[in-house]
Amino acid sequence: MSSNGKAAGEATDRELEEALGSFRQCVHAWSETALSRPRAEAQAARPRSWRLAAAWVLGGVLAAVSLSGSLYERHHRQDLARIAAAQAARQRQLAAQERAQADRNLLTTVNYDISQAVPQAMEPLADLMDAGANQ
Amino acid sequence: MDVDAAEEFAAQEFSSVVTSHRPQIFRFLLASTRDVDLAETLTQECFLKAYRNWKHFRGDSSAMTWLMRIAINLEKDHWRNRRMQFWRHTQSHTVDVDEASEWLPSGERNAEQQLLAREQVKHVWKAVERLSQRQRTVFLLRYVEERDLDEIAQATGLSEGTVKAHLSRALGKVRAELGGNR
Repeated sequence: MSSNGKAAGEATDRELEEALGSFRQCVHAWSETALSRPRAEAQAARPRSWRLAAAWVLGGVLAAVSLSGSLYERHHRQDLARIAAAQAARQRQLAAQERAQADRNLLTTVNYDISQAVPQAMEPLADLMDAGANQ
Repeated sequence: MDVDAAEEFAAQEFSSVVTSHRPQIFRFLLASTRDVDLAETLTQECFLKAYRNWKHFRGDSSAMTWLMRIAINLEKDHWRNRRMQFWRHTQSHTVDVDEASEWLPSGERNAEQQLLAREQVKHVWKAVERLSQRQRTVFLLRYVEERDLDEIAQATGLSEGTVKAHLSRALGKVRAELGGNR
């Protein structure tokens, strides 16, 4: 390949070859150093990653949010259960009041009916019933 | 040769394979990941897997090509598992391209040449970072490990034509990165 035919902004073949050669040397040198160094030493020399710390912090926050969320949910459910129980008791009370009122109305109607005067044609029969009752 | 003697021979043979090929496998994985710890872990996994399958190695390709194929697959598997990606990133010790470029030995260069060479290496690292995984693998095998095209084809499971195409695209990107920063 010739370096003359390259588009503007592209490296020449010579530059590319030099760069690739240097890149190869760089990787080889890094690899040899890393391989010759004991692993324990390498780990001790490496600063702890901020990402690891951030991950622990994030994990802690998530756990706290999750815990407080579940506590709130539990508390909320207990409140709802209390409200539902109160509503049910109130409804039972109202129903009992309505039943008592209906009974009172029926009794009033019955009392009214039996307090009516006996028709004239029925008076002899009513006298007989009274007499029978007195005996 | 009895069974024990055969096993002893196989173990010795494998041991010599580890000794002779470990540096290349580690170097390839280090260049691929820019993470010393990860490269060491994957190298160990590679040889463990190779040891377990050593009796199935038929010698169709060289031991180096066979090991490189295992290493490539391990690296691919490592990044494929997206579910653990966040935690992997938190534990990643990938060095940046500036730091990686500092390993260039000065050799016989003067200070100015060394600075220029380091700048070039930085641009190559940047270009390599932007390559697709397959292009990066092919590029590193060719220009760092200096493998032949047929060896790269065997190690990657690609045809030689595909290897050439990936190599050409990768070189184009490296050339553009070098040219764009002159």
